[in-house]
Amino acid sequence: MNDALFLHRIHFAFTVTYHYIFPQLTMGLAPLIVILKTLHLRTGNPAYNQAARFWTKVFGINFLAGVVTGIPMEFQFGTNWARFSQITGGVIALPLAMEGVFSFFLESAFLGLFLFGEKRLSPKGHWWAAFLVFLGSWLSGFFIVAADGWMQHPVAYQRLADGSFQLTSFWGVLANPWTLIQYAHTMSGAVITGAFAMAAVGAFYLLANRNLESGRIFVRVGVIAGIAASVFQIFPSGDLHGKYMAAHQPATTAAMEALFHSTTGAPMVILGQPDVEKRTIDNPIVVDKALSFLIYGTTRAEVKGLDQFPPQDWPTNIPLLYFAYHVMAGLGTIFVAIMAASALLLWKRVLFGARWMLWILMLAFPFPYIANTAGWFTAEVGRQPWLVYGLLRTGEGFSANVSAANTLFTLLGFMGMYALLSIFLIFLLTRLIGQGPEGGAPAHAPATLSGGEA
Amino acid sequence: MGTIWYSLVALMLAGYVVLDGFDLGAGALHLVAARTDAERRAVLESIGPVWDGNEVWLLAAGGTLFYAFPLLYASSFSGFYLALNIVLWLLVFRALGIEFRMHLAHPLWCAFFDAAFSAASILLIVFFGAALGNVLRGVPLGGDHYFFAPLWTDFRTGANPGILDWYTVLCAVLALVAVAVHGALYLILKTEGDLNARLRVWVKRLWPALVALSAIGLAATVFVRPQLLDNYRAAPVAWIVPVLVAAGLAGIFYFTRTGSERNAFLASCVYIVATLVGAAVGLYPALLPSSTGPANSITISNAAAGDASLSIGLIWWSIGMAVALGYTVVVYSMFKGKVRPGAAGE
Repeated sequence: MNDALFLHRIHFAFTVTYHYIFPQLTMGLAPLIVILKTLHLRTGNPAYNQAARFWTKVFGINFLAGVVTGIPMEFQFGTNWARFSQITGGVIALPLAMEGVFSFFLESAFLGLFLFGEKRLSPKGHWWAAFLVFLGSWLSGFFIVAADGWMQHPVAYQRLADGSFQLTSFWGVLANPWTLIQYAHTMSGAVITGAFAMAAVGAFYLLANRNLESGRIFVRVGVIAGIAASVFQIFPSGDLHGKYMAAHQPATTAAMEALFHSTTGAPMVILGQPDVEKRTIDNPIVVDKALSFLIYGTTRAEVKGLDQFPPQDWPTNIPLLYFAYHVMAGLGTIFVAIMAASALLLWKRVLFGARWMLWILMLAFPFPYIANTAGWFTAEVGRQPWLVYGLLRTGEGFSANVSAANTLFTLLGFMGMYALLSIFLIFLLTRLIGQGPEGGAPAHAPATLSGGEA
Repeated sequence: MGTIWYSLVALMLAGYVVLDGFDLGAGALHLVAARTDAERRAVLESIGPVWDGNEVWLLAAGGTLFYAFPLLYASSFSGFYLALNIVLWLLVFRALGIEFRMHLAHPLWCAFFDAAFSAASILLIVFFGAALGNVLRGVPLGGDHYFFAPLWTDFRTGANPGILDWYTVLCAVLALVAVAVHGALYLILKTEGDLNARLRVWVKRLWPALVALSAIGLAATVFVRPQLLDNYRAAPVAWIVPVLVAAGLAGIFYFTRTGSERNAFLASCVYIVATLVGAAVGLYPALLPSSTGPANSITISNAAAGDASLSIGLIWWSIGMAVALGYTVVVYSMFKGKVRPGAAGE
C-alpha cells in the first residue's frame, strides 16, 4: 500500500472518529431535552426544567467540541482528498454546503438563545428554542449522511468527459433510499447514546444517594427513550439497512459475515476470527441458515460469497470490517436486553431500588459510543476499495501533492490537539456531573445575551 | 454562471472577514487593551453570542467554494496544506480559550485562556492575510493545476515561493493592523468607561499605520503582479473600488474624531469589503494565478462545476442564504447595545 495513501486514510479515520464522539451525544440528547421541556410545560413540575437545564449544559460543552472538531472535517476533503473533491465536488459539496448554510446557522443562532435566553423568553418561547436546536442538529446530521449515502450508493448524477460527477437533481440526492435508511439507523444510534448517558448519570445519583429527584427523572426518561431507540435500531432500521446493503453492496455483505464461499442456507457467525488467506473462520460459533433468513426471509436462499467477486473488488480490510460489524451488532443486541430488563423493572415500579440494574445502567454508557463507532467503521471500511461505490477507487482520490511526511505531521498534530481537548472535556463534564442539576454556578455567564436594556 | 458564483464566493468571504474580523480583532487587542478581569469579560461578552455564528461564514464559504469551483477548492486546500492545518488548530485553540474561560472562573485559568485566545486570534489574522497575499502573488501551479507550498523558502516572490515571503508577510501585517482597528471599533461600540477610552487611543495610534501600510501594500501588489491592473484599465468604472477604500479610511478617522461609534465601525466595514472586492476585480477571471505562466492558472472556466450542477445549486444556495441572513439579523438585533458586565446578570 502506498504510504501516503495509507496515512491520508488514517488521518481522515482518526479525525472523523474522534469528531463523532460529540455529535452522537448532542443529536441524541437534543430530542430528550425537548421531551424534558415538554414534560415541564405539561406538568408544571420545575424538576423537569432543572433536568433540561442540566442536560443543556452537557449539550453545550459537547456541541462546542463537535463544532471545533467538525470544521477540520469539511476542510479535509480539500487538504487530504483533493482529487476526490475535484471529481465529486459538483455533487457532494452541495449537501455539505447546505449543512453549513442551513442547519449550522440554525443551531448556532438558536443555541445562543437556548443557552442564554431562558430568562428573557417565555417558557413556550424557550421550548421553541430547544425544538429549533433539535431540528438544526438533526438537519445537520441528514445533510452529512446524504453526502455519505451518495458515496455508498451514487444516484442523480451524470459523468462529464473529464471524469467529474455533476448533479442532475438535488431532490434525488436527498431522497436516495440508501440515505434515508442510513439516516434512520444513524439517528436512532445517536438517541441510544443520549439515552444511555442520561440513564447512567441518573443511576449514579441514585446509587450515590444524592440528587434523587433528578436521578429518577434521568433514569425514567433514559430507559423509556433507550428501549424505543434500541428496538428501532435493530428493527426496522438495521434490518432494512442489512437487506438494502445485501442487494447493492453484496461483496461488502459477504465480507462482513466472512462468507468466503457462496452458500445456500448460509449461517450467521456469532463468534470466530476470519482467516482471509485460508478463507476459513477459526473456532466459529454459528446459527445455521440464519443469514439467508435475515437477508431473504427464507432459510433456503443462496447468499453470494466473496468467491463471486474479483479479489481487487473485495473490501481491503476484511478482518476489521468483520469485527466492526460484529461488535456493532452484538452490542446492539445487548442494548435491547439491558433496556428491556430496565423497562420491565420500571414498569413494575422497582427499578429505583434495584441496585444491580442501576449498576449495569451506570457502567453501560461507554458501549453505545463503541457501537456507533463500529457501525461507521462497518459502513466506511465496507465501502472499500471504493470512494464512490463502483465508480471511483480510494487510491484515485487522495492528495498526491501532499507527501507522506506532511500528512504524518498534521496527523500527529491533531492527535496532540485532541488529547488536550479530551482532558479539558473530561474535567468539565465530571465537574458538571459532580455539581449536579441542583447546585453549582450556571455553565455560562448569563449576562452574555442581556444587552443594554437589562 | 461561473461569474455569478465567483461574485457569490467573493461576497461570502468578504462577509466572513467583516464579521469574524471584528471578533478576531477583539482577540488581537484583548491582552493589551483590556486590563482588568471585568474588562476582559466585557470583551468576551461583546463577542460571546456571535463569534461562533461568524465562524460559520467561513464554513459556508468553504462549502460554497467546494461546490462551485471543485478544482480550486481541491488545489488550494491541498497546496496550502500546512498553513490550512495550522489555521484549523488555531481555530480549535481559540474556541477553547473563549468558551472554557466562561466555565473555569479561577484567575490562573483565566490568564491562560486569555493568552490562548489572543495569541490564536493574532496568528489567525496573520495566516488569513498571508493567504490573500499568496492568491494575489500566484503560486507555482503545475500542468495538472496542483502545487504544494512549504511554509517558507527564501522569502522571495520568485518562481518557487513559500507561503511566507516578504510580500505575503507585508499582507499579513496589513491584515493584522486593519483587523485590529476593526475589532477596536466594534468593541468601542459595545463597551463604555476606561476600556472604551483606551480602545479609542488604540484606534488613533493604529490609524496612521493602517494608511501607510495600505499605500505600501497597494504599491507592492502592483509591483509583484502588474497584471492585476488590467481589469482596471479595461473598465475604468472599477476605480470606484479604490476610491471606496480611501473613503473608508477617511471615514474611520473622521467618525472617530466626532465620536460617532456606529459610523466609524461601518467605515471600517467599507474599507475591508472594498479592499477585498478590489482584489477580486483585479484577479477576475482568474481564481488562483500561476507563477509558472498563465496557462496553468486556475480560472473560472477551468474550475467551475458543470452548468447543470451550478443552476441547481443556485436555487438551494439562495434559499439557504436567505434563511441564514434571517437568523443573523435576529441574533444581532437581540444583542444590540452596550454590554454591561455584572449589571446585566439579572
